[in-house]
Amino acid sequence: MINRALNSIRNMGGRVVNSVSRLGMAARFFGLTLLHSGQSFSRFNLTLREIYSAGVLSLTIILVSGLFVGMVLGLQGYETLQTYGSEEALGILVALSLVRELGPVLAALLFASRAGSAMTAEIGLMKATEQIAAMQMMAVDPIARVVAPRFWGGVISMPLLAALFSAMGIFGGYLVGVVLIGIDAGSFWSQMQAAVSFQDDILNGVIKSLVFGVAVTVIALFEGFDAPPTAEGVSRATTRTVVTSSLAILGLDFILTAFMFHGV
Amino acid sequence: MQRAALDLWVGVFVVAGLAALLFLALKVGNMTGFEQGETYTVKASFENIGGLKPRAPVKMAGVVVGRVSDVSFDNQSYEAVVSLTLDEKYAFPTDTSAAIMTSGLLGEQYVALEAGGEAKMLANGDSLKLTQGAVVLENLIGQFLYNQADSDKAADSSPMPE
Repeated sequence: MINRALNSIRNMGGRVVNSVSRLGMAARFFGLTLLHSGQSFSRFNLTLREIYSAGVLSLTIILVSGLFVGMVLGLQGYETLQTYGSEEALGILVALSLVRELGPVLAALLFASRAGSAMTAEIGLMKATEQIAAMQMMAVDPIARVVAPRFWGGVISMPLLAALFSAMGIFGGYLVGVVLIGIDAGSFWSQMQAAVSFQDDILNGVIKSLVFGVAVTVIALFEGFDAPPTAEGVSRATTRTVVTSSLAILGLDFILTAFMFHGV
Repeated sequence: MQRAALDLWVGVFVVAGLAALLFLALKVGNMTGFEQGETYTVKASFENIGGLKPRAPVKMAGVVVGRVSDVSFDNQSYEAVVSLTLDEKYAFPTDTSAAIMTSGLLGEQYVALEAGGEAKMLANGDSLKLTQGAVVLENLIGQFLYNQADSDKAADSSPMPE
């Protein structure tokens, strides 16, 4: 009885120590990636290929989700604003919620599950099939050759995807509000323009998406690089990437919002 | 994937992303651009503009005929000077009056124009003489209470008709 209780406490402690040491390893891995980034810019076609697989291939899901999120915002916002007789404020509602929060956060969540999981699986499988070990044998640094280009590809793609998501969402809100429901297009845009500031809202949204891009790619690459070289290990690492990076995005979003928008 | 095709797709992606940012900056945010059509500008001074903002609509008979292009303060007369950019399609008599109104309960404020009877039409740079500022709720309530007290006093002093 006492033995079992002791064991469970021991296990809990072991798990905490394990996760803290993994965090340390991830931080060291991030530093190493930054340190070995020279090649991703001197041989830019390596990074270009990763921008293609992380950014261009995520375009469809980002654009379609952005459109639908904007359309839903338009419908729901109209329902509520209508009761106060201020439907013209729909433009403000759609634009501010997309540019400040939903654009960066939802684009990053989609990016984590669409591109992050693929990165983890790819690197994990490279490790399982001993391609990474082969590179080390040939004195090719796997961090510089495999990890850093993927990191920069993700970091460059993320803000562009978030901007596309927001723009598409605002277009969706416009479609529902102005074309479908019939709000005056002039006040839709003019109220939006009067309320959205370039520095406070749009630039902060871009900064948010940059931070999310770094977080998601580092988590995905680290989980792949750290995965046990078995089928089960790779599948677990892929799951962990999606879970951890989603939680990281939401947590970071709260911290960034608290810094950026207090009193705006 | 061929190198050329890869370059092309990444280029398309980057251009689309930058275009989206530009759209956000110019059309959604307040880095202004895009002002279509021929316009002319007239000025109007108000003693109080309430919450009127640049780019608010200017309406006559409920139809949008222009936009507020600028709001400034005149230190000589202590009044707000509002520049109204009106559509060249529409002409208004020189004795047109302007009032600041509110649409909806929490809605936006706009400038409502009311045409006068002059034969001469407004030209670029003219100013409107007849203006009525925004209604300030606090003043209105104050005035109401003051009137109420006055009428109560009058009722007390006069003998009750019985």
